[in-house]
Amino acid sequence: MDRRGFLRAATGVAAGIGFSATVSARPARATPAAMDEAIRKVVGAAPVTKGRVTLDLPPLSENGNAVPLAVRVESPMTPDDHVRAIHVFTEKNPQPDVASFFLGSRAGRASVATRIRLADTQTVIAIAQLSDGSFWSASATVVVTLAACLEDG
Amino acid sequence: MASALINVPERARRGEVIEIKTLVSHPMETGYRRSQVGAPIPRDIIRRLVCTYNGAEVFRAELHPAIAANPFISFFTVAAESGTIAFHWTGDNGFTAMESVAIAVD
Repeated sequence: MDRRGFLRAATGVAAGIGFSATVSARPARATPAAMDEAIRKVVGAAPVTKGRVTLDLPPLSENGNAVPLAVRVESPMTPDDHVRAIHVFTEKNPQPDVASFFLGSRAGRASVATRIRLADTQTVIAIAQLSDGSFWSASATVVVTLAACLEDG
Repeated sequence: MASALINVPERARRGEVIEIKTLVSHPMETGYRRSQVGAPIPRDIIRRLVCTYNGAEVFRAELHPAIAANPFISFFTVAAESGTIAFHWTGDNGFTAMESVAIAVD
């Protein structure tokens, strides 16, 4: 083997080791399939319709450790017709569940806000459960430049 | 003891929809991180916030590790009558924190 060939082979091996080390150092990831499963656990067999829910997330976040999230649901919030719960799920965090908020007709307005962690650029889904048993959803994609959960501490 | 910040208007008209903002100090350790020697850091998070208005539950939140450290949660409620709005956080390792504020409704 000549010198050039040797160097090329050595770089390939080094790159291979580096790559596998990076992959194994990452925590387990939820997958879109895991998210679907988590959603099914909440909604059961009921259909989830897009609409009535507004999910506010920044399109680009520099820091995945605290991403502002706000969910609003169009609802008169009367005893007969109100939002019972709002559930938030992510696609690629280590686990798909983010939070569940339980409201009632006494909330007056179906609107909640918090700050969440995002481990990667991904889609976030908010699902509202109404008093008539129907489910409505909205989704948003956030580009994350500094991911949460991956840094050692 | 964890410190909590609550923002609720002191006075409101009867039937007015008021915003409630809560913030509590807590690291919200996810359980997915490792220490510098590679040992997994056990999960330590707040699991639940319950808000009661004169004893009746008006809001509840179930939290998971994806909630950022020092959980901030805001929501709305109808100012029904004068009294106390109480907040109760509970979490891993026996974590518990309580806070209450008075509201005057005209």
